[in-house]
Amino acid sequence: MASKSININLKVWRQKNAKANGAMETYKLDDVSTDSSFLEMLDQLNEQLVTEKKEPVAFDHDCREGICGMCSLFINGRAHGPETGITTCQLHMRSFKDGDTIYIEPWRSKAFPVVKDLVVDRSAFDRIQQAGGFVSVNTSGNTIDANSIPVPKQDADKAFEAAACIGCGACVATCKNGSAMLFVGAKVSQYALLPQGQVEATDRVMNMVRQMDEEGFGNCTNTGACEIECPKGISLENIARMNREFLKASTK
Amino acid sequence: MKLDSKIPEGPLAQKWTEHKNHLKLVAPNNRPKIDIIVVGTGLAGASAAASLGEMGYNVKAFCFQDSPRRAHSIAAQGGINAAKNYQNDGDSTYRLFYDTIKGGDYRAREANVHRLAEVSGNIIDQCVAQGVPFAREYGGTLDNRSFGGVQVKRTFYAAGQTGQQLLLGAYSALSRQIGLGRVKMYNRHEMLDLVKVDGKARGIIARNLITGEIERHSAHAVVIASGGYGNVYFLSTNAMGSNVTASWKIHKQGAHFANPCYVQIHPTCIPVHGTNQSKLTLMSESLRNSGRIWVPKKKEDAEAIRAGKLKPTQIAEEDRDYYLERRYPAFGNLVPRDVASRAAKERCDAGFGIENNATGEGVYLDFSSEIKNKGKEVAYAHGNHNPSEEEIIKLGKQWIEEKYGNLFQMYQKITDENPYETPMKIYPAVHYTMGGVWVDYNLQSSIPGCFVAGEANFSDHGANRLGASALMQGLADGYFVLPYTISNYLAEEIRTGKISTDLPEFLEAEKRVKDQIGKFLNNNGSRSVDHFHKELGNIMWNKVGMARNEQGLKEAIDQIAKLREEFHKDVYVPGSADELNPELEKAFRVADFLELGQLMAMDALQRKESCGGHFRDEYQDAEGETLRDDEHFSFVGAWEYKGEDINQEQLHKEELKYEFIKIAARNYK
Ligand SMILES: Cc1cc2nc3c(=O)[nH]c(=O)nc-3n(C[C@H](O)[C@H](O)[C@H](O)COP(=O)(O)OP(=O)(O)OC[C@H]3O[C@@H](n4cnc5c(N)ncnc54)[C@H](O)[C@@H]3O)c2cc1C
Ligand code: SF4
Ligand code: FES
Repeated sequence: MASKSININLKVWRQKNAKANGAMETYKLDDVSTDSSFLEMLDQLNEQLVTEKKEPVAFDHDCREGICGMCSLFINGRAHGPETGITTCQLHMRSFKDGDTIYIEPWRSKAFPVVKDLVVDRSAFDRIQQAGGFVSVNTSGNTIDANSIPVPKQDADKAFEAAACIGCGACVATCKNGSAMLFVGAKVSQYALLPQGQVEATDRVMNMVRQMDEEGFGNCTNTGACEIECPKGISLENIARMNREFLKASTK
Repeated sequence: MKLDSKIPEGPLAQKWTEHKNHLKLVAPNNRPKIDIIVVGTGLAGASAAASLGEMGYNVKAFCFQDSPRRAHSIAAQGGINAAKNYQNDGDSTYRLFYDTIKGGDYRAREANVHRLAEVSGNIIDQCVAQGVPFAREYGGTLDNRSFGGVQVKRTFYAAGQTGQQLLLGAYSALSRQIGLGRVKMYNRHEMLDLVKVDGKARGIIARNLITGEIERHSAHAVVIASGGYGNVYFLSTNAMGSNVTASWKIHKQGAHFANPCYVQIHPTCIPVHGTNQSKLTLMSESLRNSGRIWVPKKKEDAEAIRAGKLKPTQIAEEDRDYYLERRYPAFGNLVPRDVASRAAKERCDAGFGIENNATGEGVYLDFSSEIKNKGKEVAYAHGNHNPSEEEIIKLGKQWIEEKYGNLFQMYQKITDENPYETPMKIYPAVHYTMGGVWVDYNLQSSIPGCFVAGEANFSDHGANRLGASALMQGLADGYFVLPYTISNYLAEEIRTGKISTDLPEFLEAEKRVKDQIGKFLNNNGSRSVDHFHKELGNIMWNKVGMARNEQGLKEAIDQIAKLREEFHKDVYVPGSADELNPELEKAFRVADFLELGQLMAMDALQRKESCGGHFRDEYQDAEGETLRDDEHFSFVGAWEYKGEDINQEQLHKEELKYEFIKIAARNYK
């Protein structure tokens, strides 16, 4: 892990709030360690801005280890940056070269309005989940023993893979239609694959899809960009499964 | 104020059942008349809000992230314990209880820990019913693994993403209640103060982080589930937003703060790389099931490795010091965290560290033996009884990938090294805080009507927390304890009626918050919030870190007090109050960390013994093991706020009575 220092130029989207017009601003940042993560680089920029008594750039982040789904960012025109299979917080500056110019923009989608600078509002995802992304079981503790319904390992593994979606929204931001099908497909699949989710399968898929449409997400045209940019490798198979579930439900 | 732990009488195994049988209830038709505020939507908060909503109370839940699904709990990797004995290896409620008490170095409450062990099995049943995809065996039953400090396999997991799956489960239960209109969710809201009316918790002041609006919210009871305070060290495994503000604000309103000096340092984190680093990343402890920890036996080798002249793979087997296996043959690499962390520090302090950084701090976690063993096993299982070395290694790597793939990927992303080929480098880092708001057996703080759950309270772990027990505690509190104990409190409140947010107490609290905001924004100092946070972190890590001593602690107390003064004089907070302003958010948090840090040092200073995560240089035996002093320190140290000067805080002692198990020296040899 040979660490180096590089100098970079940044073009960052600045937008005061949801109503204001935004514009790209240019910044120069020196002495960035290639071991830093992309977000640590932004910390460094902000430290520089604060020292100059300027307003730092707002961006979303929390866990900084690729699991909370809070970080976002379009970096050089790609969701979560140039590498695949990672979130922005897992991107490191060793992916860039000395003298590079890096473009940083927020997620772009009608259903994700900009809040400020690089921060967008992804609460539409929560509302989709509230419409049916759960198993209706009371939290009473009077549930049956966990081992009383065996689940084939294959099914459990598949359900887990679908459940691994972190709700980051890269799929939506990348899709030319702004479709949320990969996200919703992942949720529907998780429960469709487990015996516990069966009882409400029909209502679930109908309600989640209805809410998805109401939120203003676009339609899926099977372009597949979402799958490529998804940091968690959520596969298109989940969209297919959702479509099957939806068809099954609508013909009931 | 006297501390009453309210631990029920009677035999240990009956305490919780008996207690529940005698708690007061609120009839279903009265519950909609009652409002409850839940601050935090991690495992503890989300499960509590969902359960209380489902019971029919009006619940308002708050979190500072943009969605409840992103709470810090999401990051937990390894697993959750439960005494199910599915593996038939002798596990039982008693054994989980016993391991946890012993792991906590006999500084936890017996009754609480036993309750935790009792409900642990229910948690797994509940989560599976909610559709949490735990790992399964080929036969379709749940799989288990083992964690540090125990000799049974009782840890349930979902690859290296257990916290994520459990939180998404709790979030789905919460989402259901939000959808049904029983819980109102306030995303991107931060609680900045507690409102007390006639001595009872009656509401909070929150800031809408988008609009900056200061809001008053009233309720008949307030639950704080705001997580731990590890970020006082600046560098830790916690999410960046994790903070102590909610807990600290209730402390200032009269809630005692217990055992602040008990901090868990996790042994298997990726070492620090440089000065711009913002956080540390954990490599799940479950890796210790498969990895062997070592440093070179010879100092020359360690030096050559640090200088980049030797690779770890070039060190012969006989020149490696598997120091945990050497010192603790019974538990080996699976000793508890505090023991493993200290042993790593001891080797690095002695000059055997392997990391090429300023401190030379780092040890190896090596998977090569496991890759060979498992590869062979898999080959045999496939009927190949004469596999080549290559085949073995290939199959072994596959096995490892299936089990720990995401962790290996995470490691590679951060370090740019391939852990399948070369051992991981690890070093201890601040991880979990066992201290927190003091609560009684009902999880009520010393403020009536203010309950505290999950990592934010102090209650169940003692001086050390065994792996996979924090997730268990968070969900136990939220799903299975609070629903009963809060109802007992609320039974007296059915005639209270709506609480007005126009009461003078609300106006006062609101004014406190607004004044503070004004001060920060008009301060016009010269240094960033982060500057002060990093300084604080340095003092904390060096003097209130893995090892503490009297002199260092005294210095820390003074230095932190000075730093706090400087902070209020010289901090620069840009932006304005009525917009999204992350620097302002941080300023509030760091202001509280500065006060807490001092209290942590004070608590560590008074505890003249070594126990669990609290290691005082002066109290160790000839072999460097902790020396506890049960005669003088078998108590919970609960601090009472006495005004601005933290030095004035008053220590109260809740004596710990061990009625059911015999206290013994903690020995993992
Ligand atoms: C990397 C990592 C791995 C771990 N692995 C394991 C493991 O394998 N097994 C295990 O048992 N434990 C593990 N832990 C520990 C465990 O994850 C935590 O202790 C536990 O999840 C804490 O849950 P909580 O609900 O108490 O708090 P958190 O999950 O931290 O939630 C806190 C909540 O409070 C909110 N909040 C905080 N302050 C405010 C405020 N002022 N206003 C409004 N909202 C606020 C936040 O928004 C958040 O919703 C791990 C921890 C880490 C960091
Ligand atoms: S499907 Fe992938 S890209 Fe979309 S929200 Fe989930 S993790 Fe993010
Ligand atoms: S900050 Fe959590 S996924 Fe990037």
